[in-house]
Amino acid sequence: MPAILALESIAKRFGAVVVADGIDLSLNEGEALGIIGPNGAGKTTLFGMATGTVKPDSGKVLFAGKEITALPPESRCRLGLARSFQIPQPFSGMTVFENVVVAAAFGNNEREKTVYSRCADLLERCGLADKANKRAGGLTLLDRKRLELARALATKPRVLLLDEVAGGLTEHECTTLIALIKDVRAEGVSIIWIEHVVHALLATVDRLAVLHGGKFIASGDPHTVIKSAEVAEIYMGIAADA
Amino acid sequence: MSGYSVEHATRSSRVGVAVIAIALVVLATAPFWGDRQTLRLLAELFTFVALASLWNLLAGYAGLVSVGQQAFVGLGAYLLFAMVILAGVHPIAAIFIAGPIAALVSIPVAALTFRLRGAYFAIGTWVVAEVFRLLASQISVLGGGSGVSLPASVVIAMAPTRTAREFELYWLALGLTVLVLAAIVMLLRSRHGLALTAIRDNEVAAQSNGIDVTRVKLIVYVLTAFGTAMVGALIFLMKLRVSPDTAFSVNDWTAFVIFITVIGGIGRVEGPIIGTIIFFFMRQTLSDLGSLYLLIMGAVAIVVMLWAPKGLWGLIAERFGWQALPLQRHLVSTPQDKS
Repeated sequence: MPAILALESIAKRFGAVVVADGIDLSLNEGEALGIIGPNGAGKTTLFGMATGTVKPDSGKVLFAGKEITALPPESRCRLGLARSFQIPQPFSGMTVFENVVVAAAFGNNEREKTVYSRCADLLERCGLADKANKRAGGLTLLDRKRLELARALATKPRVLLLDEVAGGLTEHECTTLIALIKDVRAEGVSIIWIEHVVHALLATVDRLAVLHGGKFIASGDPHTVIKSAEVAEIYMGIAADA
Repeated sequence: MSGYSVEHATRSSRVGVAVIAIALVVLATAPFWGDRQTLRLLAELFTFVALASLWNLLAGYAGLVSVGQQAFVGLGAYLLFAMVILAGVHPIAAIFIAGPIAALVSIPVAALTFRLRGAYFAIGTWVVAEVFRLLASQISVLGGGSGVSLPASVVIAMAPTRTAREFELYWLALGLTVLVLAAIVMLLRSRHGLALTAIRDNEVAAQSNGIDVTRVKLIVYVLTAFGTAMVGALIFLMKLRVSPDTAFSVNDWTAFVIFITVIGGIGRVEGPIIGTIIFFFMRQTLSDLGSLYLLIMGAVAIVVMLWAPKGLWGLIAERFGWQALPLQRHLVSTPQDKS
């Protein structure tokens, strides 16, 4: 069975800075993969290239065995590739509910009226029900992150790319988030999760990969990877957190 | 499980719709209470509301900051004069034929200008408008560079008396503006409107959530050309004379329109209406001051942009959460025993 999402020898540089140096990555259906790496390692750019907002210099992107390298972001979204942004990108003048309706109606190509109840349920699940009619621009950072997640889920993704959704959350909020993500996984959604909050990743993912200098320098069982010498070197001081 | 319903109307929008309805009744009866001067001023005001609302849709929602909409005002005007003078079409019919023709013309224009982004797009649209102006001055049957008047026979054929003709044009201006505004409101309440509002707020996120941004922009561009040309045709039917310099004036049909939209509130349907009222109020009270009036207008624009970048209606709407028209979707949960 082919991987649900695969990147093949992806390369990207911004001027002299190499952010992807021939990256190969493959995500199996139903798998949850965690990606860690120091700031500037190219994690977010990798998501950009997977979802089509950043064009790679060379290499291929495949979704469910089909090449999608030339497809624009909106088509990839409709295929089932959803993403939450590291810096939340709400439709700030629209209500929270409308934000989710947009994602549900266009990300899954449905009529507006048919998505209303699904969107209401999603807001409930993501803890935004009482803010449904608030302007998204007025939300706190935590709620903006919740909205990112709700919007991504509204597109009915087969693959969900999460970019630092746990950063800045309290312990309790983080536990709720982990439960939600595990829930989404149980429904069969494959996940790639970029995160600095390592314990959240360890609690959720099947596999952990380390991105450094535009390359994966380690990949495998999360607990083994996090204890490896190379990772300890990059994350000196953070290793104790695990 | 509790049930849900979705509503558009809020308390402020119910008030807004009531106010608009009353205003419409008052304005529709203006020929019975207003003098000739008032009617002319109001008709001109209506056409600016329509032009600014169309530009707002284009720039405020679709992010297409065009400074070349005079291309379509002029195109509509010239289409009307050509149809009336050369083909004997009834002037009012010509207004409604000018719309679809301009929409067709806008497609190749978009193919050209959509390759440009941001400021380059703005300049590109202006260049296109200048090309249109130069082409119009080459049409010798329509007076070339000096323009042409509507033949007296056509003007007389429109209505038996001058007063009747003026009433007719007044109602036509009001009707066309209401039509344009209604079309915009309906568009914004539709599925396309949802996409358009999302694009207004965040293009990158809109794309990543499945919206074909380029397609929506093209649709808006073509629809705007459609409406702008009809309004342009009407404006010059009221003026009874067209020339390349007046029909393709960047000052009249774009600079003033941008001023109106920016001070009223860009990216909101209510903005251009508020903006036009302020613009006309300033023009009527300050026009005796000569060129000083333009300086004051510039100063007002700068102050508004600094202190209320979302315009006066934007300030009010964000402060009080008002919407004068029922555009937003509100989620209302209905109690269990009802569902």
